[in-house]
Amino acid sequence: MLAEALFFSAVLFTIGVFGVLIRRNAIIVFMCVELMLNAVNLTFIAFAQSYGAAGQVFVFFVMTVAAAEAAVGLAIIIALFRHRQTVNLQNINLLKG
Amino acid sequence: MLPLLLVTHAAAVAAQAATAAPPHPLNGTVAQWLWLVPLLPLLGFVINGALSLSSVFHKGPADPGAAHGDGHDHAHGHDSAHDSPHDHGDHHDTHAVVRHRHAGLTSIIGPGVLVLSFLLTAAIFIAMRTAGGGEMHAPFIQRYFSWMPVGDLQIDATFQLDQLSMMMTLVVTGVGMLIHLFSVGYMRDDPGYPRYFAYLNLFVFFMLLLVLGGNYPLLFIGWEGVGLCSYLLIGFWFSEKANADAGKKAFIVNRIGDFGFLIAMFLLFANLGTLDFTGVREGASSLPFGGAVVTAICLFMFLGCAGKSAQIPLYIWLPDAMAGPTPVSALIHAATMVTAGVYLIARSNVLFSMAPVAQIVVVVIGALTAVFAASIGLKQWDIKKVLAYSTVSQLGYMFVGVGSGAYVAGVFHLVTHAFFKALLFLGSGSVIYAMHAAYHHTGNHDDAQDMRNMGGLRQYMPVTFGLMWIATLAIAGIPPLAGFFSKDEILGAVFARAQGSTIASAHLFGIAGSTWLYFAYVLGLVAALMTATYMTRMMIYTFHGPNRTGEKERSHLTEAPWIMTGPLVVLGLLTVAGGWFNIPEFAKFLGPVGGLDHWLEPVVGESTARVVAGAPEMSSSLEYGLVELAILIAVAGITIAWTRLKPQALVPKRESPAEEGFEKVLVEKYYVDEIYDAAIVQPIVSASRGVLWKGVDTGLIDGLGVAGSAYAARFIGWVGSQFQSGQLGTYAWVLVVGVLAVLGAFSIR
Repeated sequence: MLAEALFFSAVLFTIGVFGVLIRRNAIIVFMCVELMLNAVNLTFIAFAQSYGAAGQVFVFFVMTVAAAEAAVGLAIIIALFRHRQTVNLQNINLLKG
Repeated sequence: MLPLLLVTHAAAVAAQAATAAPPHPLNGTVAQWLWLVPLLPLLGFVINGALSLSSVFHKGPADPGAAHGDGHDHAHGHDSAHDSPHDHGDHHDTHAVVRHRHAGLTSIIGPGVLVLSFLLTAAIFIAMRTAGGGEMHAPFIQRYFSWMPVGDLQIDATFQLDQLSMMMTLVVTGVGMLIHLFSVGYMRDDPGYPRYFAYLNLFVFFMLLLVLGGNYPLLFIGWEGVGLCSYLLIGFWFSEKANADAGKKAFIVNRIGDFGFLIAMFLLFANLGTLDFTGVREGASSLPFGGAVVTAICLFMFLGCAGKSAQIPLYIWLPDAMAGPTPVSALIHAATMVTAGVYLIARSNVLFSMAPVAQIVVVVIGALTAVFAASIGLKQWDIKKVLAYSTVSQLGYMFVGVGSGAYVAGVFHLVTHAFFKALLFLGSGSVIYAMHAAYHHTGNHDDAQDMRNMGGLRQYMPVTFGLMWIATLAIAGIPPLAGFFSKDEILGAVFARAQGSTIASAHLFGIAGSTWLYFAYVLGLVAALMTATYMTRMMIYTFHGPNRTGEKERSHLTEAPWIMTGPLVVLGLLTVAGGWFNIPEFAKFLGPVGGLDHWLEPVVGESTARVVAGAPEMSSSLEYGLVELAILIAVAGITIAWTRLKPQALVPKRESPAEEGFEKVLVEKYYVDEIYDAAIVQPIVSASRGVLWKGVDTGLIDGLGVAGSAYAARFIGWVGSQFQSGQLGTYAWVLVVGVLAVLGAFSIR
């Protein structure tokens, strides 16, 4: 059971990573980040089955942080869109050195 | 506070006890107060310095700016390179005397501390003569505190009193006291009067430190101190650039010599492990005789002496030192400073007696200096310049003496020279004082020091005239005056050593030492002839013949006040009687023979014996012959000047034609200053400008160092900024690749 769960979460995480790397749309990148978080959550829960409830407690923390992050992140994206009329990350390079 | 430091004296006593020696005969006598001798002048310096500072805050007359504040015209003919008994403050149209408001107090404290110091020295001298039956073999050493305890280097603040330092202390405080008293008359109307006495006191303090210090570093402090004070005093009237330059010249030339002295000290410590006089004296025998080490030490030490005592090639500062007030010249030339080099060699007699090659160098340099300076003195017009070159020449004699291992003769000449040269300088001070006062009355700005403006002064200042003739005959070597005995002793010693001594059997440049010594002897005779000539010339031009001062000025020429002539009279007595200190064998009808020889025996006896060991005895007929030759030469020199010079033909300075031919070379002092300027000063200046300033400072430090490092920082920043593309995708890729790399690295391990 553990192996399947870990394999599944690894697949989810990889999908998320590739989404972040490849996609240009900020919303989709954002969603891929969420995917990675949740893949980690799945790992926590899978391990919690055999090592005790600590993993489940961590999942709650991760979900809390993810919710906060989603709120802040979406707000930034909306502000960005209002400002630049785009959410394409290639066009947003204000941090260029 | 200082008496408390004497508690540590117990340690010195304990150290003596450790060597199983009986307590020193001077213990418990007045010699315990030895530290007061130099401390009194230091106290005078502090008080007089405070007095001179106090007027600065009160906007007193000592402020040179205030003295010039009346729009006084500087375009007058006053020769700025020459000193005048008063500062510029008295050149006002009103000719009002601007006396310092603390002048009265300074007149008491300045000379007062020297009088006390001299009295104490005299008391210690008497104690020395009586304690232990008058025979004192070991030096009396007082240890005050540990000064430089650095590993193996243990240097204590100690004073060493032996026969040599006692004699030097007597000369320094005695002649110094007379010069201080003279200065009261000479400098009283100067606005910088307390400052003058502060420097003068400090000078004597450092000189006493020099002669009383019990080890080389302490001597060196005094050595540097007199260098500093000579700078301060030569440049005393510093608002004239020529005077300030002369001070700087003295300071810098002395530094070159001090470098040699420092190297000598380093070598001493490296090879003997001690810098105490007693330690060096005991340890020197471990060095090989005539070896490279001891020769190098002596040669470097002599470089220091050449700087301080004005020998070729470092003599150039002394004639320029005339820029200071005349009593300062007397102090520098007679009692202090320039005698330091002679003292140092006499003090290091053990080392020098082991290095015959170095001794040859000292003798030859001394003899060359004697002739060279004397020849310049033949054609100088400035009365003080004549005396200055005369000092350089006489110092050459002293070095011939101490260099040839005749330490007593060299030191003896030092003492007699202190008497007659102080007399000559203070006498010339009197003359300049009178001349300046005369010009001052009539508002004339002619040169008060040029002999062409003097002449016939004997009827106006008979006391100075008589005393200066005594000193002139003494320096020329006419018996029975002081200079005759000391000069003759030096020449006789050189001749005797040429016939057989450790120096005579050594070789320098493949030439035997005896040849060098005969050479030095002949040079000494030539210098003696010139000395007699130029001194007589100076006297003739100054005091004889018609007066050339000027019609109006003539009536104002008078003898100086008693405070100035008094010291002159005392010095005159010493000049007459100074030779009695060391009566030679052939003049034994004058009194007991060889007083100074006997007195200095514990200090230099061993070294002298070492030099002349196994030498053949000079026959008395030869000795008489040499003495007669010396007298003949002195008389010949005076006669030449007396018959050849025509003071009637002289005209005042501003009407005199320029010299031509070799005379001009002499007047221009062989162009040595110009040669040094072209060969040393100008290359250094242009190298400083071209290489050090433009190349090293602007190019290397500013360009490569400061601007270069800024460019480097900017370039590194630019390289780093190229990674900041602003593309989130790129950042993410880098992040992921990095994470994978780290994970990969962990998994491989």
